[in-house]
Amino acid sequence: MSENNSIGIVAPQTAHFSEPLTLKSGAVLAQFNLVYETYGTLNADKSNAVLICHALSGTHHVAGKYSEQDKYPGWWDNLAGPGKPLDTNKFFVIGVNNLGGCHGSSGPVSINPATGKPWGSAFPIVTVEDWVNSQARLLNQLGITQLAAVIGGSLGGMQALQWTIAYPDRVRHALVIASAPNLTAQNIAFNEVARQAIITDPEFHGGDYYEHGVVPRRGLRIARMLGHITYLSDDAMGEKFGRKLKDDIKYGFNVEFEMESYLRYQGDKFAGEFDANTYLRMTRALDYYDPALAYDGDLSKALSQTQAKFLVLSFTSDWRFSPARSREIVKALLDNESTVSYAEVTAAHGHDAFLMPDKHYHAILRTYLSNIEVGGNHAK
Amino acid sequence: MQNNVNITKNVTEYRQDFAIIANWVKFGSKVLDLGYGVEKDDTNLIACVKNGTNVIQMDLEDGLSGFEDQSFNTVILSQTLQAMHNTEEIVLEMLRVGKEIIVTFPNFGYWRNRMQITAGRMPVSKALPYQWYDTPNVHLCTINDFDYFCHHHNIEILERRVITDGKEVNFMPNLLGSLAMYRLKSK
Repeated sequence: MSENNSIGIVAPQTAHFSEPLTLKSGAVLAQFNLVYETYGTLNADKSNAVLICHALSGTHHVAGKYSEQDKYPGWWDNLAGPGKPLDTNKFFVIGVNNLGGCHGSSGPVSINPATGKPWGSAFPIVTVEDWVNSQARLLNQLGITQLAAVIGGSLGGMQALQWTIAYPDRVRHALVIASAPNLTAQNIAFNEVARQAIITDPEFHGGDYYEHGVVPRRGLRIARMLGHITYLSDDAMGEKFGRKLKDDIKYGFNVEFEMESYLRYQGDKFAGEFDANTYLRMTRALDYYDPALAYDGDLSKALSQTQAKFLVLSFTSDWRFSPARSREIVKALLDNESTVSYAEVTAAHGHDAFLMPDKHYHAILRTYLSNIEVGGNHAK
Repeated sequence: MQNNVNITKNVTEYRQDFAIIANWVKFGSKVLDLGYGVEKDDTNLIACVKNGTNVIQMDLEDGLSGFEDQSFNTVILSQTLQAMHNTEEIVLEMLRVGKEIIVTFPNFGYWRNRMQITAGRMPVSKALPYQWYDTPNVHLCTINDFDYFCHHHNIEILERRVITDGKEVNFMPNLLGSLAMYRLKSK
């Protein structure tokens, strides 16, 4: 396969839903929009659809570019495209921006139809369950009864898992990557520090900063810097930056080390393009997700009604969503005699590894996905 | 933790090993593939995924306590037995979890190994490519040793295949065979 087998130029679409959506919190969205992209062609019996669920800062823009001039393609371009592990010659791939997002779907930055102003702090808290329910509505609108597969990493993996719980007969395969059945206390702690950075920024204004013409940039920047520390492994950081200096030591608090430079760059970049209210909601969705909670903490019971076949993947150096957490999912599936494969991929990149085109990792995905049967392609 | 057991650098022998295992595992059955050795596991895992066989990759030294009794059709330990610390326990655990188990290991009784011992040195070969001081192989055994182990633990040998350089060995396997492969179940 050539390096250049990109899906090419893509364009987002918007789906409008006028039926009210009751959220897990009890709040009701009277109407909402979801922005999404599709790649490949939906086959005649609509059996080749694959949904990609995004993580904390992801979007519907999974693959391809909006124009030749775009510097970067979609966030998981190395996965999806013609001849890629998720082959768009075979599958109809859907990327969707989650509710509460800041890339076109209804969220804090979008206009509240009831007031004609941005939702801001009034946008309800959304959960993984709500996302999956809203994604199901999108599939209904696209006329897709059942997904060939749902794929997600990290928070996206939680959505993939939730799909198999909420809509057992609508998912044939679930690929749950670098994920967990709930967050550890340590993970919630990281999220809380990130949120506090945002909320205590003087320009946060209780979440209604839009009307003040400001954004809590400093808070969001620090939140993202913290995130980046946790997405990398100690080893990967050491290898990439070590104690490398930008210049001679200046004995002050400006950037001295390459590591600082990287974090500041990532923080600034993110704070310039992401919405703080969305960041708060995404981290909260992570915190809240816990399908076993309704079953006295018994994950096996929570997964007992699933019908999908599972591929669960973790990465050895991922300490934020460690292999042990993926093994909990695997164990629960095995208790139910579910069909599951599990691999612990040796990778140095920490949690970020799920977005990297590691050879073995991609070989597993390619092999697994190529085995999925779709209409008109029932190779025996 | 990392315990690389890439014993077989000999490609022909490796493929023969895999072909026999694949042949022993029924299509679509529930398989627990135990084993470390990153390179070997990677190939094995992908081959199994391709085959439609479910593979669970895990660290063996953590044990099998997460798995229910008799919950798998086959449990495989491929060329890893000799590197296990709790050798006896892992085989018994495999028999608890699996209806059948597959165990393969390099035969320490192979004549080339014996020759090197006779010459006064620890064996180093394609099948045992380590020096005494850096080997992960802490529990090497011969085919006769393993037969005795099975007898002693009430384990039924359903099938035994012995290969050398990719060819099946039927005559004096404990002397002429370099790789032993067993299909076993509890009596």
